[in-house]
Amino acid sequence: MSEPIISLREAHKVFSARHGEIRAVDGVSLDIQPGEIFGVIGYSGAGKSTLVRLINALEPATSGSVVVDGVDVTALRESRLREVRAGIGMIFQQFNLLGSRTVAANVAYPLEVAGWPRAKRDARVAELLDFVGITDKAGAYPAKLSGGQKQRVGIARALATNPRILLADECTSALDPETTADVLALLRRVNSEFGITVVVITHEMDVVRSLCDRVAVMEHGRVVELDDTYRVFSAPQHPVSRRFVASALKDRPTADVLERLRVRHPGRLVTVGVDDAGHSTSRLNEVLRDAGVDSTVVYGGITEVARRPYGSLTLELIGEPVRIQQGVTALRAFSDVVDLGTASDPHEDPSMAPIEEGSR
Amino acid sequence: MDWERLTPLLIAAAGETAFIVLIAMAVGGLCGLAIGLGLYLFRPGNLLANRIAFGVLNVAVNIVRPIPFIIFLMAIGPLNRLVTGSTIGIEPFTFALAFMATFVFARLVEQNLLGIDPGVVEAARAMGAGPVRIIATVLIPEALAPLILGFTFLFVAVLDASAVAGYVGAGGLGDFAIVHGYRQFDWGVTAMVVLVIIVIVHAVQWLGNTLARKALRR
Repeated sequence: MSEPIISLREAHKVFSARHGEIRAVDGVSLDIQPGEIFGVIGYSGAGKSTLVRLINALEPATSGSVVVDGVDVTALRESRLREVRAGIGMIFQQFNLLGSRTVAANVAYPLEVAGWPRAKRDARVAELLDFVGITDKAGAYPAKLSGGQKQRVGIARALATNPRILLADECTSALDPETTADVLALLRRVNSEFGITVVVITHEMDVVRSLCDRVAVMEHGRVVELDDTYRVFSAPQHPVSRRFVASALKDRPTADVLERLRVRHPGRLVTVGVDDAGHSTSRLNEVLRDAGVDSTVVYGGITEVARRPYGSLTLELIGEPVRIQQGVTALRAFSDVVDLGTASDPHEDPSMAPIEEGSR
Repeated sequence: MDWERLTPLLIAAAGETAFIVLIAMAVGGLCGLAIGLGLYLFRPGNLLANRIAFGVLNVAVNIVRPIPFIIFLMAIGPLNRLVTGSTIGIEPFTFALAFMATFVFARLVEQNLLGIDPGVVEAARAMGAGPVRIIATVLIPEALAPLILGFTFLFVAVLDASAVAGYVGAGGLGDFAIVHGYRQFDWGVTAMVVLVIIVIVHAVQWLGNTLARKALRR
């Protein structure tokens, strides 16, 4: 692995409040590699917004080190920090555009701060507006734009000075699902075309699922799980991670869904995991046919996690009980199988219990 | 009514009021903007958070602002003598009014700046902008429409307070209305002054509303 572009070691941020102190970030250590899309997910109040502000030192760390591009920002004076910040793009949930400036002038703002001459500025603004696809709105004021257009302006503005890092703070949380998909696609392009490292703060696991290479799950100011997105989805370790995964993946039947399934399908129900380790659905059919078992898909879905297939199918198996047992054993040989039993002899789904009990 | 005799006097009185109001507005506008910015920037949690500086400005504004102007005019006498060399006449009066206007406008400026979305200021900081640039390119432009309306409000307040100029021999429209109208039992003259003031206030309010609408960018 190459040298990390962002490296936090035992970073703390403590705010003093009326009653004692709030440890917004409580001893976080993590490394973000150049060129990756790194997600930070957590419920509100988990400290993720504060964490991202430690990176560009909008919030100075109380203790610990925050090294960005080889420079420890915790050791810098304010005037030097401004230079560092100018090299880090940031976009926001509420876009934070200047209402008194046109779209073009908003995008030009960081270039003015960086002291670019006028002609160079204009050329760069035109290029950026073209990249995000809002050239026709150059002369409009933000109040006239839709949310998606505003975030495009925000992205163009954040990229203006050719930063190596883009911080995205809940950048799709104020957008509808369709616009969210557009903005996420744009962020993917930012990453793939310019090699910009993107740090995404979100409370939506779906954003992590479709965008992030790796993800850190935060709770109470701490990182409780950090791994490849695919691995966090397929085998979440911490209860909070499990809750987030459950919120994004709807392929497994919940307790009440299962109750209704059992009424409609009194036979043997099994949930078979589908991932990219060769467990294709054709293999599944093959195995069941060999065992002499008929099957119907009664629930489930296959989606992409970090651009790889992932999901599960819940099947009703029909045939002689002995053959069904053979089929289930054969399935177990190559896939995750949760045996839900039959309506007359139900088995609990063991993966469901801890999610319900999970701490908030 | 003897308008042939009164018209030149009315014009002179209007000129005195114009002098008093324009200077008080210019000084009050600039100094009020500066103190208002100070109140905003020094506020705990804001850009130049400084509890002591904020406290000093805040207390100063709270002391000056609620004093009825005619009492303030008397109370500031010693300071006025130090600055303008007198307590009687148009200069001392204008000084006192500019002083009061400064503190009234400071609070208006502070309130309007507090209405700016802090996220916009944060975005400017994230792009590497320093405090001076943020004042010039974010705070004032973003709050321009309400600042214009606040300044218009200040004009009406200053014009109102300028009416007591006659108390210290500074003349003006208020003095004219009392000397040539009220004391002569000449309601026509008083009504004329009222009319002039209504026209001025309406014209200025219209101008302020128009400029504010332009500044809103919607």
